[in-house]
Amino acid sequence: METPKKAPAPLASPLGIEARAALGRENPGLVTRARSLLEGEAVLGYALMLPAVALILVFVAYPFALGVWMSFTDKVVGRPGHFVGMDNYLRLFKSGIFWQAVQNTILFTVVATIFKTILGMYLALLLNRKFAFSRITRATVLLPFIIPTVLSSLAWLWMFDATFSVFNWIGRTAWQSEISILGTVLKTNWGYFKGINWLGDPFWAMFSIILVNIWRGVPFFAISFLAGLQTVPPELYDASDIDGANGWQKFWKVTLPLIKPIAIVVIVFSIVVTFADFQLVYVLTRGGPHNSTHLFATLAYQLGMASGNLGEGAAVALFMFPTLALLIVAQLWYLRRAETA
Amino acid sequence: MGTTVGETYLKRLFVFYIPLFMFVAAMLFPFYWMLITSIKPDQELYNVRNVPFIVRNATSQHWVYLFKETLFARWALNTLWIATASTALSLFAGVLAGYALSRLRFPGSTAGGIAIFVTYLVPPTLLFIPLADVVSELHLLDTSWALILTYPTILVPFSTWLLMGYFKTIPRELEECARIDGATRLQAMVKIILPLGMPGILSAGIFSFTLSWNEFLYALVFISSPTSKTISVGVVSELIKGDVFFWGALMAGALFGSVPVAIVYSFFVENYVAGMTGAVKG
Repeated sequence: METPKKAPAPLASPLGIEARAALGRENPGLVTRARSLLEGEAVLGYALMLPAVALILVFVAYPFALGVWMSFTDKVVGRPGHFVGMDNYLRLFKSGIFWQAVQNTILFTVVATIFKTILGMYLALLLNRKFAFSRITRATVLLPFIIPTVLSSLAWLWMFDATFSVFNWIGRTAWQSEISILGTVLKTNWGYFKGINWLGDPFWAMFSIILVNIWRGVPFFAISFLAGLQTVPPELYDASDIDGANGWQKFWKVTLPLIKPIAIVVIVFSIVVTFADFQLVYVLTRGGPHNSTHLFATLAYQLGMASGNLGEGAAVALFMFPTLALLIVAQLWYLRRAETA
Repeated sequence: MGTTVGETYLKRLFVFYIPLFMFVAAMLFPFYWMLITSIKPDQELYNVRNVPFIVRNATSQHWVYLFKETLFARWALNTLWIATASTALSLFAGVLAGYALSRLRFPGSTAGGIAIFVTYLVPPTLLFIPLADVVSELHLLDTSWALILTYPTILVPFSTWLLMGYFKTIPRELEECARIDGATRLQAMVKIILPLGMPGILSAGIFSFTLSWNEFLYALVFISSPTSKTISVGVVSELIKGDVFFWGALMAGALFGSVPVAIVYSFFVENYVAGMTGAVKG
C-alpha cells in the first residue's frame, strides 16, 4: 500500500487517498481507511477538539454543576450533604459579612479599574515615545504583572508591616527631621508621625489592597494600550497637526476612538480578573480586619476551606457567576458588533 | 505620538523623563526591597532606627537558611515540573483545538469554540470547592497530577484563542498545495501550520508557563503535604511559623521564586508582547 509521496510515480494517479480508495483503485486496508476517515473534516475536527473538550468537561463543566448542587446542600467536610433548598442562600442574604463582601468586591473592582485605566493609558503614552533603552524599559515595567502575585504581595506585606513599614519610616523621617544641604538647614516639625496602620485599619486596609492591585495591573494595561497606540497610523497625527490640533485634542479625537476596541477588551478582561481576585487579599489581610477587605473569593475560601462549610462556600463562590456572565456576554456582543461593522 | 519637534529639553524633562522615571521607580521598588531585605542581617532588619534603604553588613544567612533549613529547593523543583507539564498538556490541547476551530468546518465547531471560551466565565475562585471534590474522587489529591490536569482548564481557553488568531493568518493555499501533493490533513498540519505558527505557539507556551508558575489557589487547596507544595504555597504556609515572620528568608524565597518566570519572560518578551498584541487586536 503506497504512502502518498510528494512526486508521484508516473503511472500513479495524482488523486489523494480518499479519491483513490473511492474509485476502487486499491483495496483499502485498515490504515488507509483510518487515514481516509481522518480526511473527513468532521471526524478530524472532533478528534482534534477532543483533548480540550474532555479536559473542560471533566474539570470545569462537571465541577460547576456539582458546585451548583452543593450550594443547595448542607455539605460539610467529612459528612455527605443533604438537600436543604435555599437555606444557604437565605443565610447569606441575612449575613452582614456577606453584604460587606459584596460591597468590598464592588468598591475594590471599580476603584482599581478606574486607576489602572488612567495610569495605564498615561504610561502607554509615555512608552510610545522614542527614547534610549525603550525596549528594556518596556520589558522591566511589565515585571509586577509577570511575577507571582503571592510573592510580590509578600513584599508589600513587609512594606506595610505595622512596626517596620518603610512607608512609615519615610513618613516619620520627613515629618520631623533636620537636614543640612550645602550649608542651609531644612527642618520639618509637624509633630510626631504616628504611622499609618496600613493593614490593621479597615479604611487603610482597603486602600492598601487597591493600591497593590493597581501596582500589579498598570503594566498590563500599559502594554496593551501601547499595542493599540502603535496601530494608529502616524499620518492621522500629521493631518491633525496641519489642522492645528493641540495635544489634548489629538488624544481625544484621534487616539481614543482608535484604541477603543482594544481598551474595551482589556478593561473587561481586567474587571473579570479583579472581581475574582484571591491571592492578593489572602496574603495581605485574609479578608480582615473585621471582614473589611473580604472579597467573594476570600469569603468563599474561609467558609469552605477554613470552616469546612462547603455548601455555604459554594453558594458564595457562585454569586460571582451572574456578574461575570453579564460582563463576558456584554464583551462578546461588543466584539461581534465590532467585527461585523 | 513620537517625539515632538521643537520640544525644549526642560519641557521634555518635566513632561516625559520625570513621570517615566516615577513610574519605573514605583514598579521596581518592591523588587529592590525584596533584594535588600534578603541580604540584610536580622539585627539591621529589625531595628527601627536604621535607614532601611542601605545595608551595612550584607549577609547570606537568609539564603543559606532558605535552601538548607527549609524545603524551598523541593518546592522549586515541584513548581518547575508542574509548570512544564501543564504547559505541554495545554499546548497540545490548544494547538489541536486551535487548528480545528480555525481551519476546519464541522457541525458543532461554533458550539465547541464557545464552550472553550465560556470557560473563562468560571474562574478558579468559583470552581475550587467542587473541583476539590472531583480531584479527591479521582484520588489525585496531594499529587502533582491534580495540578497538571487542572491547570490546562485555565490555560487552554486563552491559548486556543491566541493560536486561532495565528493560524488564521496562514494562507490556505499552502495547505491546499500540500494536499494536492498528496499529504494528508494531519501531515499538512504538522509540516506546514505548526512551523509557521511557531511564534504563536511560543507565545501561548510562555503565557501558559507563567500562569502555571504563578497559580496559587488550586495548589493551596489540592496539596497539603509540605514536600509536595509549590513555591507560592510553600513560602506562604511554611515560612511563617505562627506569628513569627522570617522576613529575610521570606524575601529571599519571594525573589528566587520570581526569577525563573522573569528569565523565561525576558528571553521571549518580544514574543509575549507581540502575542498579547496579536490576541488583543483580533
